[in-house]
Amino acid sequence: MCLAIPAKIIEISTENDNLALVDVAGVRRHVDLGLLEDDRPKPGDWVLIHVGYAMTKISEQDATEQMRILEMLGESEAAMQEVRGYGSENAERKPVT
Amino acid sequence: MAPKTRFHDPQIEMAHGAGGKASRRLIEGLFVPLLYETSSEPLGDAARVYLNGAPLAITTDSFVVRPLVFPGGSIGELAVNGTVNDLAVSGAKAETLVVAFVLEAGLPTEILRAEIQAMAAAAQKAGVRIVGGDTKVVEHGKADSMYISTTGIGAPISGITVDPASVRRGDKVLVSGPIGDHGITILLARGELDLEADLRSDTRSVLPLVEAMARAAGPSIRWMRDPTRGGVATSLNELARDCGLGVVLRDDAIPVRDAVRGACELLGLDPLHIANEGQLLAVMGAEGADAALHALHQTHGGEEARIIGEIQDQPAGSVLVTTRYGGTRIVDMLVGDPLPRIC
Amino acid sequence: MKYVDEFRSPELISKTAEEIRRLADPNRRYRLMEICGGHTHAIYRFGLGDVLPPNIELIHGPGCPVCVLPMGRIDAGLAAAARPGTIFAAFGDMMRVPGTQGSPLEHKARGMDVRIVYSPSDALKLAKANPEKQVLFFAIGFETTAPSTALTLQHAKKEGVPNFFVFCNHITINPAIRAILNSPDMRLDGFIGPGHVSTVIGCRPYEWIAKDQNKPIVVSGFEPLDLLQSIVMLLRQLRNGEAKVENQYKRVVAWEGNKVALRAMEDVFELRPHFEWRGLGSIPESALRLREKYAEWDAELQFDIPGIRVTDPEAAQCGEVLRGILKPAQCRLFGRECTPERPVGALMVSSEGSCAAYYNYEHRKTAPLTTIEAPA
Repeated sequence: MCLAIPAKIIEISTENDNLALVDVAGVRRHVDLGLLEDDRPKPGDWVLIHVGYAMTKISEQDATEQMRILEMLGESEAAMQEVRGYGSENAERKPVT
Repeated sequence: MAPKTRFHDPQIEMAHGAGGKASRRLIEGLFVPLLYETSSEPLGDAARVYLNGAPLAITTDSFVVRPLVFPGGSIGELAVNGTVNDLAVSGAKAETLVVAFVLEAGLPTEILRAEIQAMAAAAQKAGVRIVGGDTKVVEHGKADSMYISTTGIGAPISGITVDPASVRRGDKVLVSGPIGDHGITILLARGELDLEADLRSDTRSVLPLVEAMARAAGPSIRWMRDPTRGGVATSLNELARDCGLGVVLRDDAIPVRDAVRGACELLGLDPLHIANEGQLLAVMGAEGADAALHALHQTHGGEEARIIGEIQDQPAGSVLVTTRYGGTRIVDMLVGDPLPRIC
Repeated sequence: MKYVDEFRSPELISKTAEEIRRLADPNRRYRLMEICGGHTHAIYRFGLGDVLPPNIELIHGPGCPVCVLPMGRIDAGLAAAARPGTIFAAFGDMMRVPGTQGSPLEHKARGMDVRIVYSPSDALKLAKANPEKQVLFFAIGFETTAPSTALTLQHAKKEGVPNFFVFCNHITINPAIRAILNSPDMRLDGFIGPGHVSTVIGCRPYEWIAKDQNKPIVVSGFEPLDLLQSIVMLLRQLRNGEAKVENQYKRVVAWEGNKVALRAMEDVFELRPHFEWRGLGSIPESALRLREKYAEWDAELQFDIPGIRVTDPEAAQCGEVLRGILKPAQCRLFGRECTPERPVGALMVSSEGSCAAYYNYEHRKTAPLTTIEAPA
């Protein structure tokens, strides 16, 4: 709800394994991993950061899945246009279910 | 014509120096009524005066940047380039500068020497002579090490007239390169936010870019500005107010480096509000816009110039940014100082 | 930028907007509330109002922790920090919020040592770097931010830092939602649920909204595609006569939330019996304070904090805007006495406040766009 953005873990501090260097589009900052001690991220993982703390890991799988669902919205429309194209110009546009 | 403002603030705040709305109120509400002759001319980056009939452009600027030295430059360079640029965007070539220093007692000579050297180098690069100056020293604890003021005079570049009243619907808005580099570099260089990035200030003279545009499409130049404090948004809002038309920008056309975008996302800032020290904003008549853009691309330092928008009737007096999917938002002048938004 | 740019794809945004138009019953008006201030800001920033059909109205909820903080709390924090040798540290959002004697920034101009911090841990660092001073960290935020304050206090305790204090204004989201739903003048069809609060508390705490109030709620991300997809999901539920909790923001929100964060909050904080919210009045068990074992770091115990109760200026209608009854432009003071430059209420200062968002992004537009541009 507050400003939290995705960042990539570059490295974990050698002095304090709760401190990590993260990268946001080329900007680097240290963040505290204390809220992720049950599921420690490693370099290369993406996390959501907020006020200097990593809140959760970002699931690449869920993100990809979500994009797929969204892309399918368009696909249904394309499918419908196909149907309309086969001589059903008089068919009403029904909401996609 | 800008509405009459009155300055009612009981004390001066940092915001009054930030280049945004508060600065505007201070200038229009306090300085103009008391210091300037009644003039219907909108306030520009430099003033046009006549000395024995010969036109001259004159401008002044002070530099209070902290830290003094940062990736890409230092206060000395800003002091030279800033004034050269103010003259350049008002259509004049800077000839000479005078400089005033306010130095803090205790300032190591090494630091001062480095800044003087930086100024000398910048002046040489910009083709301008420093012909005089003044120095004052104040007690330790004042002046943040050093403040520098420069005043420059120059001769108008033939073929250019800069006047917001000449701006018309259909004119194009150009920017010379990526925005936000300087302001974010300074913010990071302060070291208070534990942020690091490979960013440098873009401080440089924009005169070569102005001259290139003048050669290619001089008669099409309507308006120019160097978007310093307050950023592109503030400069364009001033234009919109002065010409009474709308400035409509395309979000995806505005060049911003990744690191600036990333820092702005992290801090909740808008790159359009961040200061630049080596960029040029111009409004060109549509007939000359492509030629101007081409000329910039052929000029060293102008390779990343883009057409970022155009002038329309609406929203009158305001700046609108549109996205490719049809979303729009108004971009106002900067209010206050860019503060990291967190929550 | 990864995990950002993909969710701003113009093609997919257009497609999702098309789906919304297909799903929205043209004979029906939809009133959907986005609870959280970050969503309000995103909606305006991305101009999403322009891509929605006119029969979908987005009502702004009270989920902006700066906006709901009563002026008295700001006054109290600043009064405490007036003690010589004190550094007042807060997030950037707090700096221009008006108290009766001025904002923190105005206090800074008058000589108070006021610092902006990005993180509570920065405030703790400040304390360690300035052992002869006291640092008063003005903590605000919902459950998104409270765990970070909690962790910072745990560090402070573990390291025995004697000069770090927290003035705690953390609040919880559910009581605010309850207050909205209990409002007699409120008619809502569904909720766009808080995104980042939910990374901490999960989705379970919203089940009562679906079960008892029979309203659908979709926990949403903050990118344009997230918000639009959430609206699609809400419209589908409404069309099917359903009311359930759904999670659109799966890539960061787990149904059970973040247990470590919840444990840290449980260790450090307890619920206050009641707390005053601007515009919503006193709400029981809606705010946090430090537990007794953290008393040494509790600014309310270690400083003279006056119990200041300040009512909003009469003319200001912050409460009604917060409850979604009035649109920002309908407040008497909007755009005149109250502007982002001269804010009367916090909704005009906080970039998540609906008044600031509307003023900064919207109110000088003329005709709203009614067509969607084809992708270039």
